[in-house]
Amino acid sequence: MTRSAQASPARSDPREAPRNNSDVRLSIEQVSYAYSANTSQAPLFTLEANSFQARPGEVVAILGPNASGKSTLLQLIAGALVPLSGRVLLDGFVTHALAPRARAQRIAMVQQETPLLFPVRAWEFVLQGRHSYGRTLRFDNEDDLLVARNALAQVDADQLSDRWINEISGGERQRVILARALCQQPLLLLLDEPTLHLDIGAQVNLLVTLRRLAAENRYTVVVVTHELNLAAEYADQVVLLQKGKSLRVGSPASVYQRDLLEQVFHTALTVEQRSNGRPRVNLLPTS
Amino acid sequence: MRPLTLQRLLLQCSVLALILFAVVLVAVKMGAVPVSLYGLGRDLISVFLGQTSHLSSDYGMIVNEIRFPRILLAIVVGASLSVAGTSFQALLRNPLADPYVLGVSMGAALGAILALIFESHLALPVWLAVLFTPLGAFLGAAGTIAAVYFLGRREGQIDSATLLLAGIISSSFLSAVIIFLLTSGREFRGMAFWLMGDLSSSLQSSLRWVLSIGFLLATGAIYTTAADLNLLLAGEKEAMHLGVDVRRVRLVVYIAASILTGLAVSVSGAIGYVGLLVPHVMRLLFGSDHRTLIPTAAFGGAIAVVIADTLARTVVAPSELPVGAMTALFGAPLFIYLLRRRMA
Repeated sequence: MTRSAQASPARSDPREAPRNNSDVRLSIEQVSYAYSANTSQAPLFTLEANSFQARPGEVVAILGPNASGKSTLLQLIAGALVPLSGRVLLDGFVTHALAPRARAQRIAMVQQETPLLFPVRAWEFVLQGRHSYGRTLRFDNEDDLLVARNALAQVDADQLSDRWINEISGGERQRVILARALCQQPLLLLLDEPTLHLDIGAQVNLLVTLRRLAAENRYTVVVVTHELNLAAEYADQVVLLQKGKSLRVGSPASVYQRDLLEQVFHTALTVEQRSNGRPRVNLLPTS
Repeated sequence: MRPLTLQRLLLQCSVLALILFAVVLVAVKMGAVPVSLYGLGRDLISVFLGQTSHLSSDYGMIVNEIRFPRILLAIVVGASLSVAGTSFQALLRNPLADPYVLGVSMGAALGAILALIFESHLALPVWLAVLFTPLGAFLGAAGTIAAVYFLGRREGQIDSATLLLAGIISSSFLSAVIIFLLTSGREFRGMAFWLMGDLSSSLQSSLRWVLSIGFLLATGAIYTTAADLNLLLAGEKEAMHLGVDVRRVRLVVYIAASILTGLAVSVSGAIGYVGLLVPHVMRLLFGSDHRTLIPTAAFGGAIAVVIADTLARTVVAPSELPVGAMTALFGAPLFIYLLRRRMA
């Protein structure tokens, strides 16, 4: 694998050590995908070749308007979709070729909320994260319970343990869902619009938690979001997509250019470069 | 946290086994000819001691040759339908799914009738002839569930309402075909009763073996996916991300549930409501973890059908009701109660 062949993200922070392949955990290599109604027709949606890399402890945000291919890219990274070309490597393994259990032990996905058919209690839900570690008919053992308790504590949700999952608030539920993902003890934590339906306090809280977890547990975190300012504040890298094309990959400061964002999101805005090196986007009122 | 342990599961199952035992005792006792429990107990002890000559002959014949086989049949059929219903509910993510509602029972019945028609034209060896009807029923069940599954999809996703409609339409279409076959064929005139669910036919012993072994294998196969089914309730994508081999689980449960429905229908006709209601009652009592739900639903289904069949053969004695009429009589109000409770 040659570095020159990669669309290596330009990083603006000079303090960052230059990357070498040994500390890259997640490597997206020229991955593309196409949805089509049937094989004879032209594809309805194409995700063009995408490349970026991420290391342990790093938070990557995938940004873009609706139907830009954010979730598709996330599913490709998760190995849930088989790419049309290219591959996704996680510690050297091709993600879509991993067996379901092996994949679940390495990659945890927090999806947009799915309704449960029959309600369960929060601890039962969190224990589901241990599924890939158990044998077919094994009952949950002490280790599993310990991992589940720790996971709930890590997201500050221990007091929710015995509540019914359908009777807690959206923010609380998001924390419980995150705890289940932690239970998988993954290398890679993927989140698909986790801040959707959350109030602003809960959104910030979630991103702070993600940042802390990435640092503490050395997860690589990839999060799809619409929240430009949250991504600017908490992501190490952002991937900006538009209509299936990857427009730019890099630090928030390098990607958040006024012209670029205005063109992608079709709205007037300003980008303010703040003293902490992180940009802030302000929407301009349209007359 | 109160995770499921083997001890708790065994305790729940033993309580249900005791209830089933009590129900069986009452069922043996009740009927056109009264049987005393005392005499029955004495006989059982005699059998255990190997003193078969001491058996009192007046009701021994009725108990051993008529009531007891029928009760055993009710147990296996009830357990099969209930486990099949539990599986369909999880597999299709639909709380209203069950073999009867989805038309799978009618598919199995049609399969069984077609098998009977073909069998009469072919000169099959006895061992094959015994397998032929259950096999036809299994194929009918598997074919119907496949058809309903594909009809019930909208934009690639299973849609609850469309699925149920597909089931209802398949069911009425299949029963029309069945009625046509039954009326046109002279030898099937008596089978309309069977269609409503009937446990009175005496089975050849080889068929009993097929039924019991099939039940154990299919239920065992479904039980190996119990933990996977828990995750499937949240959707196939979600389950996949948590490490469930969705395609394998779907295939195992689909085939095993079709076997259970096929076997049950081929020996007892289409008994409704058991597969729909028993799993819900068990969920209310023991929670929705399939590791508990599958075995408790098996016991619950057995208990329900033994009670229903006992009532069916005693309430209008000396004549009999089809057991399916009995399950519907009690099932429909219970269903409405559960539905309203759910909405409240």
